[in-house]
Amino acid sequence: MMNISTSPKTATAPLLSVRDLRCSFKGGTRSRLFGPLKRIQAVNGVSFDVLPGEAFGIVGESGCGKSTTAKLILNMANASAGSVRLRDQELLGLDDSAWKPLRRKLQYVFQDPLGALDPRMRVLDQVIEPLCIHQLHAPATRRRLAAELLQSVGLQPGQHGKYPHELSGGQRQRVVLARALILQPELLICDEPISALDVSIQAQIVNLLQSLRRELGLTLLFISHDLSVVHHLCDRVAVMYLGRIVETGPARQLFSTPRHPYTQALVSAIPHTAQASPHARIVLTGEPPSPAQPPDGCAFHPRCAMASDRCRQDTPALTDDGTGQAVACFEARLDLREVS
Amino acid sequence: MTTMTVTAPPLKSRLRLPLLIWLSLGWLALMLLVAVSGDLWVPFDYQGIDLRARLQPPAWLEGGNWHHPFGTDHLGRDVLSRLVTSIQISLLVALIGTLIGALLGTLLGLLAAHFRGWVDDLVMIAIDYQASIPFMILALAVVAFFSNSLVLFVLLMGIFGWERYARISRGLALSSVRQGYAVAVRTLGASPWRIYSRHILPNIANALIVNMTLNFPQTIMLETSLSFLGLGIQPPMTSLGNMVGFGRDYLLTAWWLASIPALVIFFTTLAFALLGDWVRDKLDPTSR
Amino acid sequence: MNALYIMQKLARSFLTVLLIVTTVFVVLRLSGDPAVYVLGLDADAAAIEAFRDQWGLNRPIWQQYLQFLANAVQGDFGYSYFEERGAMEAVLERLPKTLLLMGVTGVLTLLIGIPAGIYAALHHNSWIDRFTMLVSVAGFSLPNFVLGIFLILLFSVTWQLLPSSGSGTWQHLVMPVLTMTVAEAAIFARFTRSAMLEVLHQPYMRTARAKGLRWHQAVRRHALPNAAIPLITLVGFFVGTLVAGGVVTESLFAWPGLGRLLVSSVANRDLAVVQIIVMLIACSMVFTNLLIDLMYGWLDPRVGSLRTGD
Repeated sequence: MMNISTSPKTATAPLLSVRDLRCSFKGGTRSRLFGPLKRIQAVNGVSFDVLPGEAFGIVGESGCGKSTTAKLILNMANASAGSVRLRDQELLGLDDSAWKPLRRKLQYVFQDPLGALDPRMRVLDQVIEPLCIHQLHAPATRRRLAAELLQSVGLQPGQHGKYPHELSGGQRQRVVLARALILQPELLICDEPISALDVSIQAQIVNLLQSLRRELGLTLLFISHDLSVVHHLCDRVAVMYLGRIVETGPARQLFSTPRHPYTQALVSAIPHTAQASPHARIVLTGEPPSPAQPPDGCAFHPRCAMASDRCRQDTPALTDDGTGQAVACFEARLDLREVS
Repeated sequence: MTTMTVTAPPLKSRLRLPLLIWLSLGWLALMLLVAVSGDLWVPFDYQGIDLRARLQPPAWLEGGNWHHPFGTDHLGRDVLSRLVTSIQISLLVALIGTLIGALLGTLLGLLAAHFRGWVDDLVMIAIDYQASIPFMILALAVVAFFSNSLVLFVLLMGIFGWERYARISRGLALSSVRQGYAVAVRTLGASPWRIYSRHILPNIANALIVNMTLNFPQTIMLETSLSFLGLGIQPPMTSLGNMVGFGRDYLLTAWWLASIPALVIFFTTLAFALLGDWVRDKLDPTSR
Repeated sequence: MNALYIMQKLARSFLTVLLIVTTVFVVLRLSGDPAVYVLGLDADAAAIEAFRDQWGLNRPIWQQYLQFLANAVQGDFGYSYFEERGAMEAVLERLPKTLLLMGVTGVLTLLIGIPAGIYAALHHNSWIDRFTMLVSVAGFSLPNFVLGIFLILLFSVTWQLLPSSGSGTWQHLVMPVLTMTVAEAAIFARFTRSAMLEVLHQPYMRTARAKGLRWHQAVRRHALPNAAIPLITLVGFFVGTLVAGGVVTESLFAWPGLGRLLVSSVANRDLAVVQIIVMLIACSMVFTNLLIDLMYGWLDPRVGSLRTGD
């Protein structure tokens, strides 16, 4: 498991390297009065690398563990096992004081920009705040830097003195982005950054992220349930289902030749773009199972059209077939032949 | 989703206060003035006994004189001077009590919200426990067991109502964490101290201040009630409740002894209640 | 509502009672040596030793605690040195008078407070509504003893209609009940009004009207039952203020009930009696809150299911 390469065969050392990350917590309802609480395996052995300068996407339905993965990386939730490395530094198990300098390198953009901003603070002050926390620059310089950055993410100076509730959703997300970027992080983790926004605004923010990447050389870990956005923005993609990565590879390749039946279903559901999808629409039936009661074998088998007996008993490992795409499915190879 | 923490009332409506609010503000301003400046102009020492001038009626009644504008009590002490000192003490006790309660309750509430787990359980049990016994009974029991002293009494007044601050601050702190801005600031690298002092407290201050305006008159009521029963502020010190308590024995012959301080208590708590109501309406548009 | 919910509430109530009893024990031991307290500071050493022996005060503290619990379960709370008889006996003798006062007050409160609140809500923003609310604010910011003093001045001193203290005839009951009812009814009116207003603005009220119900029918069938649910939570608060208000009111009117006994026992430091009354009140409050929780769970299906985790 550990030595499976989920990054392209290049010499570049990964910026972020996640290995066999696991997280479980007690929850759900008791079956009996004093019965034990069930353990929910939210993240179940996730491994991937993010290379410097690339945009790495994680997609999956809600509840698949993609947000939890982000929280584990940022020490906002406790991992039960595994390893997260930023360059050569292990992040898991560090205490708050050791984390503080790392926060400058690793920044997070929230799903809900209104919730992520302090309702009683002017937005300019909120963008200045990270500099105060890390005691960077003189007060006057902080102000200037924050104002410049706000302007470069598209917020006019007239709006810098406003409170979050006086701004629109898109403007708020620009503020959140500016607040994260002012520390000049090496890695920006975006957790569904556009799903709370109006559709018309979503494209603006995606384009902003795109241009910021170009200008600042940002490395991006982009988490979303929206495949078309990931397709548009990311270099490489991992698809998660019920706490595991089921398929990963270069975005273009993965979207043109998805191998895992789950990825195939997701890709077939993307509204048709210029390059017409070669697949017929595959409609998934049923809800994703609860992580508190995962099915035996491959977690996807109850919804999979190709499930065999083996799928109901064994869990397939993520295996790279040499094309740079790795898939966790016993039947995937067979299906590839059918498609091509 | 409470918008109470978000919206600030427009200040323009301040000029159009209802008459009752004007009266309440006026009365409270008068009380404050009396409490602050009283020592400068009181005609007599509030403990000064003059047995030749016992039970004199107020100046505007037959037999009264302007030497003792509100008359004298059964020991010939000047009622006006005692009233001034009583107002000072009752307000001071309520103020200190309210501040202690707010501090203690907010601190415990925030601790519970921050640590969760057993700290939270402990605080919640204490809140339930506190809410399950009328505070007056608890205060009486403490006074019985430990006998009365001024420090103990003021502390008791401080403990009164802590659980409401705790509940409010815990709930709001949890909701601000759920909303995300506390977490967001944490991912920027802020220390818990900074998160609480710069972000969470300013956001819950509104609700805490509203609760203080509710708690203050209730503390006055509790203090005066206990003092009335003879189990609060002890002679030779005096409080408004104390004066009513001693005046009760002279209702037949000197009704003003009890009535004057009783009216002062009523007007003060009423003014606070009217004002508190009005402030809450202004701060929380959903309560209309 | 499931069995789990009931069990959890029961367990919680039991824990609270145990906590209260334990606190009383701890406070009792902290507050000084009972032997010295009872016999006086100048009692000779032999007498104190004998007293300790007799009451088990020289045994280990946990044995004393268990003994205390065992006695408490049997209703044995020691001897009232002031009343010169068993403390429980002294307390039980006063109980009916207090229950009478509270019962009459409770019924009157409901009869006045709830209709006033409903009426005010149905005439929202009219002068009647404003007047009711003004009276209500005045009512609950009026401390019991202040109101009582004015009632005595009016009815006993000026008009000489009613006795100012004691008990026995219905005339004795009038002023104490009035004193307590004003504040309680004020709170009830206010709470009922806001519960009603809340309900009246619900979409189902508009639906009820739209399907052809007359206004008063809609109010009777939909508004009143739904407004009653939050009112149940007020009952616990109600009992609490009734108890606290009773202490002051009974003392003021020399009504020979538990409240007055409590005040005089506190003044005399008759700890055995104080201890029983505090526990009695605490237990009845816990019991009331338990009943409220169960009723709430029964009436409001949204509450009755147990939530675990956050």
